[in-house]
Order: sequence, then C-alpha cells, then structure tokens
Amino acid sequence: MTPTDPVRTGLLTRDDEHDLTRMLEPDGTRRADAELDPWIADLDVSRLTELYTDLAVVRALDAQGVALQRQGEVGLWPPLTGQEAAQVGSARALRADDYVFASYREMGVAWARGVAPVGLVIEWRGAAASGWVPAEHNLAVPQIIIGAQSLHATGWAMGAAWDGADSAAIAYFGDGATSEGDVNEALVFAASFQAPVVFFCQNNHWAISEPVTLQSRQPLARRADGFGMPGIRVDGNDLLAVMAVTRRALDRARRGDGPTFIEAVTYRMGPHTTADDPTRYRAADEIESWRERDPLARLLAHLGALGADIEAVERDAKVVADAATTEMREACRAIPQPEPMSVFDHIYAEPNSHLERQRDRYARYLAMFDDGAGAQGEEAAR
Amino acid sequence: MTTMTLGKALNSGLRRALAADDRVVLMGEDIGDLGGVFRITDGLKAEFGANRVVDTPLSEAGIIGTAVGLAYRGFRPVVEIQFDGFIYPGFDQIVAQVAKLHFRTRGTVKMPITIRVPFGGGIGAAEHHSESPEAYFAHTAGLRVVVCSNPQDAFVMIQQAIASDDPVLFFEPKRRYHMKGEVDEQASLADQKPMGLATVAMPGDDVTLVTYGALVQTARDAATAAAEEGVSIEVIDLRSLAPMDVRTIEQSVRRTGRLVVTHEAGEQGGVGAELVARVAESCFEYLEAAPVRVTGHDIPYPPAKLEQHHVPDLDRILDGVDRALGRPNSLSGVEA
Ligand SMILES: Cc1ncc(C[n+]2csc(CCOP(=O)(O)OP(=O)(O)O)c2C)c(N)n1
Repeated sequence: MTPTDPVRTGLLTRDDEHDLTRMLEPDGTRRADAELDPWIADLDVSRLTELYTDLAVVRALDAQGVALQRQGEVGLWPPLTGQEAAQVGSARALRADDYVFASYREMGVAWARGVAPVGLVIEWRGAAASGWVPAEHNLAVPQIIIGAQSLHATGWAMGAAWDGADSAAIAYFGDGATSEGDVNEALVFAASFQAPVVFFCQNNHWAISEPVTLQSRQPLARRADGFGMPGIRVDGNDLLAVMAVTRRALDRARRGDGPTFIEAVTYRMGPHTTADDPTRYRAADEIESWRERDPLARLLAHLGALGADIEAVERDAKVVADAATTEMREACRAIPQPEPMSVFDHIYAEPNSHLERQRDRYARYLAMFDDGAGAQGEEAAR
Repeated sequence: MTTMTLGKALNSGLRRALAADDRVVLMGEDIGDLGGVFRITDGLKAEFGANRVVDTPLSEAGIIGTAVGLAYRGFRPVVEIQFDGFIYPGFDQIVAQVAKLHFRTRGTVKMPITIRVPFGGGIGAAEHHSESPEAYFAHTAGLRVVVCSNPQDAFVMIQQAIASDDPVLFFEPKRRYHMKGEVDEQASLADQKPMGLATVAMPGDDVTLVTYGALVQTARDAATAAAEEGVSIEVIDLRSLAPMDVRTIEQSVRRTGRLVVTHEAGEQGGVGAELVARVAESCFEYLEAAPVRVTGHDIPYPPAKLEQHHVPDLDRILDGVDRALGRPNSLSGVEA
C-alpha cells in the first residue's frame, strides 16, 4: 500500500468558493441578494459604524490579550484575529433573551454580550474559574472541552420551546469540533426535537495543526442535510452576510421551525494559542491570501462606498478600542492573588462533613506558616 | 548512556517501538507535522510516514474506538490523548470496550493498545489541562495503568507498554517532560525491570513514602531535606497503579513500620486509598502508626494561581511524614 497523507490530500480546497453566501466583496462592493437583503435592511451608516467599532474593539482586545500573555500577565490566550466579523456579526444578531454557548475563542461574542474586559482575562490569568455570571449576559461560561457546549445549547433550546418562549440558543464551535461525538449528538437531538438552536461553526481552517480537510471531505455545511436541518455556508469575513444568515436562522428557530447549521468560512490569522507555533504546519502564503479578505477593511470600504468619512470612522473606533484595551490591561494587572482557602468554595451546593474536615485540616496546615499562606503561597504572591 | 529529557526519552522509546514492529501505529490529534503539543512524537511522521504516525480527526471516542478495530485487525495502536482532561469523551470506549474484550472473547482477541496521557498539574495551565484521572482507570478490571517518573523509565516503560498484549493506560508526568536524566538507549528490553513492579527510588529506614509520576521527584527532595534532620525516608516509585505491586511496599513497611502515600489526585477513592487499605490488611501488626495520605483536595483542579494549594509540595509531604512519625505536625492535637 502506498502511504497516503489524508491531512494533505483533502478534496476540499482551502478557498473553495462554491456555495459561499457573500454580500460584501473583499473590496467592500455590495453584492445584491434578493433573499437576504431584507434581513439587514435596517443597517444604515450609523449602525454599520457601530458594528465596525465592535470589530475594531474586538481586534484590539485580542492584540491586548496576546500582549498580556507575552508580558506574563495571563498564562495563555487563544487569538481570534480574522474571525471578528463571524463573531460580532452573529452575536449582534441575537436578542438579549437568547442564550449563548461558546468556546474559549469567542471573546468577540463575550464583548458583544456586554462582558467587561476584565471578564475576558481573569480565567486566562488563572485567578478564577470563570469571568462572568452566565445569567447576567445569557452567556454560558466558555467551554474548553471541544464541542460539549453544542449539547448544552440544544438542551437549553429544548427547554425554551417546552416553556413556550420564543428565545433561541446559539452554539459556537470550530471546524475541528464537528468531528466530536458531542456535536453530532447535538445535531441529532436538535433535529429530532426541532429545537430552536443555531449551530454556528467558525470554520477557521485549522484545529491546532490539523487542516479542516482532516475533519471533513466536503464543506461542513453540507452535513446539515443528513441531520435534517438547513445548512448554510457563509463568508465569515463578511459581517453583513453573517448577520443576515444568523438573523434568518434565529427567526426560523423562534417560529418553531427548528435548528440551522451555519458554517462561517473564516481564517485564524494567528497561532491556535500563544503556546502554539504555526510555522511548523502552516505556509506563510496561506496567511497572506487571507489577509486580502480582512473583515475590518472590507466593512470600512463598504462604509466609504456609502459615503461615510472612513478616516473619522476609524479614528473614532480607535478611541473606543483604546479605552477598552486600557481597561482590560489595568483591570487584569489589578486582579488580586486569590485567597488560598477559596479552593474549597462552591464545590458543592450543600455542605458535607468530609470536605469541611479537609478544609479545616488545610487551614491548620497553612497556619503553621507565618503568613498563613504556606511557603509556596508566599512565592506565588510575590 | 545519554543525558536527555523525559520527553525526549519517550520520543526515543516510541521511535524504537515503531522500528521494531511495523504493526505499531501512533494515532492522535496533532501528533504528525506538529509532533504533538508537547513534541513527544516530534519527527516520527517524517521518519515513518503518515500511515504509521496518524493525525486523526478531533475525536477521542473516534481515536480509541478505531484503535479497538485496529487491534482486532492485529495492529498495536499507540494513542496520544492530548491532555488528561480530554480523555473523558473516549472514556466509554476505554472502560466498556478496550478493558473487556480480552475477557469477552475468552482470550482470543488481544487489545494491545497503549493510551498515552500527559497528566497532572503544576504548569499553570487552563482548566481541563491538569487533571489526575488515573483512579478511574485503576478501578477498571482489564486495564493496566502505569506511570513513568524519570527519563530512563520513560524510555523503557513506553516500549514495555507497547509490547504488552494488555491495554495500557500510560500516564506521563507533563510537569517533568523537561527533567533530564541518563538513559541507556542500547540496553535490551528483556533485561529491564517489568513495568508492573514498583522501584525503590531512594532507600531509607524510618518511613516508607510511596508515590508516582511527578511527585517522585518531590518525594526525593523531601527525603533529602528530611535526611538533614536525621529522618531516613524510603521513597518508592509505584510505577504500576493497576495491577499494584504491593509486595515491594509491604517489604519496606515491614522494615520501617510507617507508611505515607502521596499523589496529586484527590483523596477520596484515590490510588492512595487502595494502597493504604492493602497495607493495613497485610501489614497491620508491623505498623507503628496509622498510614498517612497526602493528596490533592477533593475539589476540581483549581485555577493556576491557586494550584500550589492543591498539589502536594515538599512541605506538605514532610508534614505527612511528621504525622507518621508522631512528631509535631499540622494536625497535632486533632482527633484522627
Ligand atoms: C475534547 C478535547 N479534545 C482535545 C482538546 C485540545 N484542543 C483544544 S483546541 C483544539 C482544536 C480545536 O479546533 P476547532 O474545533 O477547529 O476550534 P478552533 O480552536 O480552531 O476555534 C484541540 C484539539 C480539547 N480542548 N478538548
């Protein structure tokens, strides 16, 4: 048998344009779309300027996250640059009462849900197990176990339908996640129960070092058909198209017509995380080809075509972005060293004697040291 | 003898196993061009090809389930689970399938699958990246659960695990991947101590201190510190958690009369609980003090800034030793 390398011999080419829904060309030219145009008819220059500002803020926060990691303020950061339009476009299509279940990379979604910048860093800093209260933003805590959140979104949506509510759930996951059992099981449940859930897959072409061709031999959106739900492949770097298809899918969900699978075709410009070295598996020219499709430049060009003063738009957006990044940096550095004994907090909702005894014993142990924090506690606090 | 890191020793052991038997295949996420997130499989795809070192789709159940089929077919799959916390999607395939098939087929089907798992904390990682899931597997009949703690053992034990006809959960102390040591790459596998046996990592007379994985080094450091105070600790590296080589520990406890077990995993239902129970059953009359466990708390692995309050360190181990010796300790005056 001749050795084959499935990773490098996928049927799907990286920039396969087949079936790709797009409303803005990479140069910002608007493409008419009779079916989707009504879904974004309300987006005037002022609203588009706000959305551009979101993109700029999210990109700046991402750069700040990377910088904070490099400076040792946070332990890790999973960059999202390149995926701003996919995240903001879909998240801004949601209503406040919709519920979001996202992965570790959706800081842009969290921003759009109103999470304060400090909430985006505290978990990566290793100072808390999560950065926000889900109910305050209708946003679940970020998921690291690949794909698990797709089931949670489906269950939430089933419950919403049983409650007679017209809210929808949205699950964010990557292209790699589509290989996990959980995601496939979620698609089965969602279809069987016609749950009001939108599966929003950001196909950023890489699952750490593995290209999407290793997860799927055909465009991911086409899988939806087999599960019994519509699948749509949208240009994930086109904010207008992302917003239009997400709004349409949410509307479908709210009407009781069931789930939709959206594949947002985008690209992870940076490494998988700050601990990753993409030069080991990815060619530089591939990154360059995606730079030409930059989601920010595209929306800005469109604003220019609509007659907006794009220099002013950019300048104003930068002011907002600078404020957000400054807030994130300062808040991050001000996060205190958590209290040692807090490791015993919130393990159970109802107390139990075993853990209480373990806690008491550890408190006694710490008390043997002068500052009560233990020798290593001192070290970490320094 | 060559000096190398534990990670490099594993790489070298895997290379040996791939070269020795062409039915050995490596499978996992990112193990090919990237060489694994810890670079344990670095260079192996280039050397042996994409059919021997296989980047799989992102699915742990898929990886382990297909390894079962490959084993039916006579392959010897060596699976990499990227991090401890990601083994659970594959848990069902491991405990319900891999573990039972030899039994169910009356010994006619072998499951020589090695499942490599970087485990444990102490590297300041995000959640799900610092777990100690070994007891779940030690509880399952049909699985062997082994843990290496130093470069030489890493090099030898990975080859022994792959050569074993039993399924082996092979835990690697990720915190020690960069630990250096001497490795004899030329030694024949046949002359090596079986991976199922515990080893005395440091001889001593006053207390038997048993551990495995990353804490073996911490325990040695504790023994060195205790020696300065005139306390002689025998450090035993358990190596095999299931089946457990209790005999080596019994021999030691019968001499020292005192047992301390330490691991990062939580106390309840942990490997230490099993060990203490066995020693209590077989060495009761030799014990001069109640056995002591120094473990992680029974809590989810805490955020990085708090992990030093969870993972036993040298001071906590020495406090446990003091308890076993009846010297002043953190629980002095507290009812047991
Ligand atoms: C169950 C599980 N297996 C493995 C991992 C390790 N891991 C973290 S991210 C990742 C790749 C995810 O790729 P994808 O789903 O495409 O999302 P992306 O990070 O590209 O947004 C892997 C393998 C994990 N977090 N969870």
